[in-house]
Amino acid sequence: MKRIVLLGATRGMGRELGRQFAGEGAELFLLGRSLEELAKTATDFKERAGGDAKVGSAYCDLEDPASFAPALQAAQDGLGTIDAIIVTAGLFATQEKLEADLDLTQRLLTVNFALTVTFCEQARSLLLAQGGGALCVFSSVAGDRGRKPVVLYGASKAGLSAYLEGLDHKYRDQGLITLCVKPGFVRTGMTTGLKEPPFAGDPEAVAADVRRALEKKKAVVYAPGMWRWVMFIIRRLPRFVMRKVGF
Amino acid sequence: MAISGARQDQKSGLSGWGRTYLPGREIRSENLEQASQDYHLSRGLGRSYGDSSLPAEGDQAALGTTLADRILAFDDQTGVIRVEAGLCLAELNRLYLSRHWFTPVTPGTKFVTVGGMVASDVHGKNHHVSGTFGRHVRALKIRTGKGDVVECSREESADLFLASIGGMGLPGHLLEVEFQMEKIPSPWIYTESYRISCLDELLDKLKEKGKEWPMTVAWVDTVARGKSMGRGILFVGRWATPEEANAGAPPPRKAMTMPITLPSGALNRLTIGLFNRAVYYTHIPKKKSGIVDPDKYFYPLDSILHWNRLYGSAGVTQHQSVIPSESGSQGIRDMIETLAKAGTASFLTVIKDCGSEGDGILSFPCPGMSLALDIPINQRTPRVIQSLNATVKASAGRIYLTKDGLSTAEDFQQMETRLPAFLKIKERWDPEGTIRSEQSERLFKKIEL
Ligand SMILES: Cc1cc2nc3c(=O)[nH]c(=O)nc-3n(C[C@H](O)[C@H](O)[C@H](O)COP(=O)(O)OP(=O)(O)OC[C@H]3O[C@@H](n4cnc5c(N)ncnc54)[C@H](O)[C@@H]3O)c2cc1C
Ligand SMILES: NC(=O)c1ccc[n+]([C@@H]2O[C@H](COP(=O)([O-])OP(=O)(O)OC[C@H]3O[C@@H](n4cnc5c(N)ncnc54)[C@H](OP(=O)(O)O)[C@@H]3O)[C@@H](O)[C@H]2O)c1
Repeated sequence: MKRIVLLGATRGMGRELGRQFAGEGAELFLLGRSLEELAKTATDFKERAGGDAKVGSAYCDLEDPASFAPALQAAQDGLGTIDAIIVTAGLFATQEKLEADLDLTQRLLTVNFALTVTFCEQARSLLLAQGGGALCVFSSVAGDRGRKPVVLYGASKAGLSAYLEGLDHKYRDQGLITLCVKPGFVRTGMTTGLKEPPFAGDPEAVAADVRRALEKKKAVVYAPGMWRWVMFIIRRLPRFVMRKVGF
Repeated sequence: MAISGARQDQKSGLSGWGRTYLPGREIRSENLEQASQDYHLSRGLGRSYGDSSLPAEGDQAALGTTLADRILAFDDQTGVIRVEAGLCLAELNRLYLSRHWFTPVTPGTKFVTVGGMVASDVHGKNHHVSGTFGRHVRALKIRTGKGDVVECSREESADLFLASIGGMGLPGHLLEVEFQMEKIPSPWIYTESYRISCLDELLDKLKEKGKEWPMTVAWVDTVARGKSMGRGILFVGRWATPEEANAGAPPPRKAMTMPITLPSGALNRLTIGLFNRAVYYTHIPKKKSGIVDPDKYFYPLDSILHWNRLYGSAGVTQHQSVIPSESGSQGIRDMIETLAKAGTASFLTVIKDCGSEGDGILSFPCPGMSLALDIPINQRTPRVIQSLNATVKASAGRIYLTKDGLSTAEDFQQMETRLPAFLKIKERWDPEGTIRSEQSERLFKKIEL
């Protein structure tokens, strides 16, 4: 039986992951910033598990670091041993919007990097203290290379990816499996209305890929998988090309 | 979980199932209560054929509901369920069939949202006994055109509730739907089907079988002429008893995808005639029976995703009408004749006997016979629709808005005597008429009759 903590399950890929885990009988504990949304999502997961699963929840706002410790404590009290802590919560805004709004820029950089890492640090301690477990965090392909359409958002995710890689190097042999998820373009509320690039994916397939990567104890997973090759090439394009192209 | 595969092709612009694209976009949100403040129209999975789910000219985008798909409450004792409006029926079926609960009414595709089922007040093979979906709806949460969020039912704000059932989303955005599920004896269907050689017999049998069977429907060959005109196959069914049923729940079926768009015109009277004839003559013996998977029984077309690509880029329209019992069967006969005269044909033609009228103000079915014709679009199609509508008017019948994309305001308003009552309620909840669709602009506008 899997016991899983989800931060970001109220919407998007986190919701889909929760549904798939619920469907296979996992025990879930949800963290999020709105108790009302958490309760509705918990009921949905319960129904998707056949009606009588146990789904707990507690308040946790990435912008309120004081909430991290009590939230993780509540999750541990609820589940006992935790097999995985999954973080899908994050912010996105277009480069255009960010360049026009310094406050938003600061907020996005802080949430996606500093506060997410602060949360992960506490999750790491908890998992190591119980003898190991998986920490699975959603970064982005945007963190793989500095690019015109995602200069700021990409920078926040680049920092997050670097942190997650470091964790993996340092703690894997103590039983902490760190999985850095790098989604490409996925059709969720976050990207609705944006122009779709080739290889856009859907949350169902992404969630299935992430579950498989967790099973295999991978350190990095691109989802949809095609993005691994897309980024393989983009990472190798010379600077003069990157200055010219629009992506 | 193929729900995302059920979303429509997103070329430039938006279209209904008939693939007539208009400018516009769909913006999706999990939070309908918040997002609905910014849009003039909600849409689900775009399975309405014409322009009912398309933003009116000048409106940039419609609110897409498919991300708002949580189950908010379910009572295992009573079967009452409350869901967000974007929940796909395929998901509902997947989750509850094995628990022996099923939607009380299902249309012929499972790739619809619950919000769409309410807005069109859909009917199914069991209409003659169970009525439309609206009969089983207990409460709705609606963002009205005025901007308020209202919880309504047959007891509270009943006018808004009843106008919203079958109201094509025009009184307000549907946010949540509470309805009564049906307890089923097993997750399998027992079905019988009969090959029938002419229209009169088909209509008689449909009525007769309806007395003993909770589900009936007839498929008709509209190309055959003379004595064979209106020949077809009658399908009846009921939920299988536990003793008859196969063991366990039906296994998930994988759908194929129609890989290419055929050239427009590939489906014409000749090819449709051949297809219809093949369907008719391969129904051997004349009577068949057996236990089948509900998916196969209710949604034969869903096994091929995007099958509307068969109709090419010109697309397809559907004309579905109901001819009241008092008017007899001549109207049905006349409409089949109309197709023949116009040199066109209907690929899939369905006749269903309808039971009593629902309480939704604009709900489509009324006691009588409903005829649904799938017509590939070409330049002549608007005229064909006009001739069909002339028959509907002469028979005191009406058309089904969710299928329509080509009727004129004059025709619609002459046959839809309930429109003034509907508009009066709409005005109460949406005085400035902020909620509108391409279809409502086309059909509901004020004209001199
Ligand atoms: C193959 C096929 C078979 C069918 N068989 C049947 C049948 O047997 N019986 C039957 O009755 N119908 C049938 N239909 C029609 C279908 O059931 C309806 O068109 C249904 O409304 C489609 O649901 P949707 O979610 O795709 O809605 P859409 O097509 O996206 O929208 C339909 C209408 O509902 C409104 N709407 C949708 N969601 C909301 C919301 N949340 N709030 C407010 N308004 C909303 C839209 O504005 C629009 O007016 C069939 C369609 C197909 C393609
Ligand atoms: N979609 C893509 O194409 C894409 C591509 C690359 C990377 N990503 C990354 O993948 C992750 C998931 O993306 P998504 O598309 O699933 O996003 P989404 O649909 O917008 O969902 C975001 C989730 O994060 C939660 N959240 C946001 N801010 C929070 C905060 N301050 N505290 C607590 N929870 C918060 C939201 O909760 P509420 O319900 O409370 O708002 C929601 O559950 C994100 O980190 C994103 O950056 C996405």
